[in-house]
Amino acid sequence: MEKAKETYVLKMDNIAKEYYGNRVLKGVNLHIRPGEIHALMGENGAGKSTLMNILFGMPVIHTTGGYEGTIEVNGKPVNIDTPLKAMELGIGMVHQEFMLIPGFSVTENIKVGREKTVANLVSRLFGPSMESLDFKAMRKDAKKALKTIGLQIEEYVKVAGLPVGYMQFIEIARELDKTGIQILVFDEPTAVLTESEAERLLEAMRVISSQGIAIIFITHRLDEVMAVADSMTILRDGEFVARKEIKDTDVVEIAELMIGRKMEKLVDRDEEDNRTIDESQIAVSMRNYKVNMPGEQVKGIDLDIRKGEIFGIGGLAGQGKLGIPNGIMGLYKTEGQVKINGAELNLNKLGDALDHKVAFVSEDRRGVGLLLDESIEQNIIFSAMQTNGKFLKKVAWMSLYDAAAGKSHAEEMVKTLDIRCTGIRQPAGALSGGNQQKVCLARALTLEPDILFVSEPTRGIDIGAKKLVLEYLAKLNKEQGMTVIIVSSELMELRSVADRIGIVSDGKLACILKPDDSDADFGLAMSGAWKGGRKDA
Amino acid sequence: MNKKSKFNVRDFLFQNKVVFMFLVLCVGATIASKQPLTFVIPELFTRIARNSFIVLSLIIPVIAGMGLNFGIVIGAMAAQVAIFLTTYWGMTGFGGFAATVALSTPIAVFFGFLVGKLFNYMKGNEMIGGLVLGYFAEGLYQLLFLFIFGGVIKMNNPDLMISTGAGVKNTIDLKDTVKYALDTVPMLTIVEVGFYAVILGLVCSAAFKMAKKQEVDWKSVAIKAAAAAVIYGLTFIKPVERFLSADRLLLLSAVELGCLVTVLWQVFQFAKWKVQSSKADEDASPEPFNMHKAIAYGALAAVVYGLTYVPTLYNVLIAVRLPVMTYLCIGGLCCFNNILMKTRLGQNMRTVGQSRTVANAAGINVDKTRIIAMIFSTVLACWGQLIFLQNVGTLSTYGAHTQVGQFAIAALLVGGASVQNATNKQALLGIVLFHTLFIVSPLAGKELFGDPAIGEYFRVFVSYGVIAMSLAMHAWKKAAKPKEETDGERTAEAA
Repeated sequence: MEKAKETYVLKMDNIAKEYYGNRVLKGVNLHIRPGEIHALMGENGAGKSTLMNILFGMPVIHTTGGYEGTIEVNGKPVNIDTPLKAMELGIGMVHQEFMLIPGFSVTENIKVGREKTVANLVSRLFGPSMESLDFKAMRKDAKKALKTIGLQIEEYVKVAGLPVGYMQFIEIARELDKTGIQILVFDEPTAVLTESEAERLLEAMRVISSQGIAIIFITHRLDEVMAVADSMTILRDGEFVARKEIKDTDVVEIAELMIGRKMEKLVDRDEEDNRTIDESQIAVSMRNYKVNMPGEQVKGIDLDIRKGEIFGIGGLAGQGKLGIPNGIMGLYKTEGQVKINGAELNLNKLGDALDHKVAFVSEDRRGVGLLLDESIEQNIIFSAMQTNGKFLKKVAWMSLYDAAAGKSHAEEMVKTLDIRCTGIRQPAGALSGGNQQKVCLARALTLEPDILFVSEPTRGIDIGAKKLVLEYLAKLNKEQGMTVIIVSSELMELRSVADRIGIVSDGKLACILKPDDSDADFGLAMSGAWKGGRKDA
Repeated sequence: MNKKSKFNVRDFLFQNKVVFMFLVLCVGATIASKQPLTFVIPELFTRIARNSFIVLSLIIPVIAGMGLNFGIVIGAMAAQVAIFLTTYWGMTGFGGFAATVALSTPIAVFFGFLVGKLFNYMKGNEMIGGLVLGYFAEGLYQLLFLFIFGGVIKMNNPDLMISTGAGVKNTIDLKDTVKYALDTVPMLTIVEVGFYAVILGLVCSAAFKMAKKQEVDWKSVAIKAAAAAVIYGLTFIKPVERFLSADRLLLLSAVELGCLVTVLWQVFQFAKWKVQSSKADEDASPEPFNMHKAIAYGALAAVVYGLTYVPTLYNVLIAVRLPVMTYLCIGGLCCFNNILMKTRLGQNMRTVGQSRTVANAAGINVDKTRIIAMIFSTVLACWGQLIFLQNVGTLSTYGAHTQVGQFAIAALLVGGASVQNATNKQALLGIVLFHTLFIVSPLAGKELFGDPAIGEYFRVFVSYGVIAMSLAMHAWKKAAKPKEETDGERTAEAA
């Protein structure tokens, strides 16, 4: 936009997209020059994936009503309605989850869907799909593509068992092998790589772009953007924020642009704070804490959470913040030392945390949190029944469910938490997201915990319910002195209720910030600019 | 599998546990049955000829990721509809058989298309879908044979129809029509037809190329034509002609021929390598010739040939007479399965079978590929059922197809195949093992317990057991996978 006459290989203008009435993209522009590396940045949910899905004509876009706006490739308006069309226009993608077939050789993977063939008698009769494969020519192409990115690997080995870094390169080789490739999208390519592998990947990106192929580089890592990108576009909440040349900007500005938003407090905490938080009273203490949760690995965290505070854990998706509570509850394989109120936790024993009066509201409400077909009453009661032996009465040698006690407790919970339902017999699955979340909360509270972990408390619920849930958490903390740990991707909600916020980046604690620290600080911490570095109170 | 460095016997045994278990069972049951090999082996070869084709028809859907195709029952039904009609029209002999094939194929293509369409709506549940679909089709089949034939369409044939006029009789005798129609094609005819087919193919190929103004390699065409002519010419030599004029081939001769061909093939490879390496240019380096392998093959051929002189084996070998054309069809299908996988279509099938997401992203039409795989399988199953029927010689109108799916699938699994992986070798091995058990277990039951039924019960238990086990293992693997990939350990309760 800076120079009107500039030529762009790709111009996406005023792109808007709605999913079931939910506007996820609101007039986004993306302009890419030939042969440049263009970083596309934004938090989770900023709309990057949706934008890329539109660019690729993915079925998910067109089955939900298409998109608005215009796309121009090489100055010509195009309508991309299938992935095939995108491919024909020379748009390729290196996927975050590898689109590779483990049982195929490297060659077969590189040439998948575009096999070289020679005609034979049968194919002349029945059409080109019966043409036999020309393995020799395919191997030659594969070798050439591998050579371009400098990967030393035999083209006939099977992909299964190769290191992750190699797989990424094979993906790239496959895209490069496509004829007439003009734009190559890298979707968080370095997320799964080791540092040296990432280094090599960036090098390969430079090589590719020097051959005139434009690269759209989706990443959260600011240092990588600074290292390789020529220009960048920042999205936030589905809105276009800015297009910048890297040479005109710096890390702090980018971080601010990514995070910056109108800071409206979700929860009013104007009333005086009469809690006493003692530095020496540690509710949860983690030492060299590691959790092997797929996609959310925790790679060694030292953290002390004081008794009676609200502690927020933030960070981008996939960085490991969700692994922290899940590991403590014993849901994934965990290493290191965790002390709850000074007593050591047996980490790999499911339910030990419950015995230490730690409760957890899972981020996976529908999968782990609730029995969707069971009544609200059952959902509220069953954990306490199982772990604490509550709501049971002895009849001879049997322990039977004490229906009266259960009912009155559930009714009380429904009232205090204002769960909107037709009655406690209503199945939990029939409730709205916000009310389901309240049921999860009610169950956790029924356990009468000292420490409450709440993971993504406001995911998928509307703003009103959000406010209610957060206010209730604050109230619990204030009135009962419960230590509340909120893990959330939404920085805004953490900054409204938490006393301190720990930012997790790449499985490690980047730093602990105060809610009123600057946007840039939060942005830098989340983008991995301070890997395990900078700490303050 | 690809770790060649360390050959671990225990792993090998464990990976092929089903095969070894059945091997032990077969050998044990054969010994217990106290039957001479001269009885078991000829019986076995008959059953191989009958059943192989239909088992091999299961391979393509497995490769395309659609699991074990219980829907082949529908192909079998198409075959039976066709064979009933051609019998009713009074067609006989090889001509009648060919007409039946021609009639059944479009029916099977249509059915296969429908099944494929349906399976695309139930991706991941094709097996249970196919099983239930078989029962559903059974109802329509009975409606057709019990009511429409004779009831709606007037059919006047007291031999075929129930005396009331509506409905087809329980069994139809094919003795005077198509029995052994395929089995008894003389070898001489096969060679002759083969010769004309090769010539026709060469001419068509050249014509196509010329029509498209491509270069034609006249030299290779000439060599191929000459080779075909020489082989055809051989049949005019009297002893060869006499040998080939038979319609069945003695197993002894087959083994001898096999040994001869193996040796000749190795010699040919060696010669080819010599010629190529003498004028080798850097660009096209010839496949390295594996001398050890060649010698091993030669030695193996010699040993096998030597074994034919062992009296017991000799007695067995001269007791078996192979129906040549049927075995050629089976061999042809094996080749077809292999060659198909080397075409674009086959590669697409493999890709779809391994990962539909990747296939989709690579621009492969997943649904279409799956439908084609289903059509192939249904048509092949239909032909397989025709081969079965012409060999058995009677059509049990309401029973011949019912067990087809289960038995074929059990045979495939016994050979070591699984829901995701099946090869020709596994299919053939499975047929041998499964049908050996078929033959000997009632006899073994009679010898051991004085009651053949016990052996029969055991066999039924084992064959369904192996299907159940394979499906359970598949489900187990499938359930174990997402745990690694996604972040939900669903069983854990978290509050």
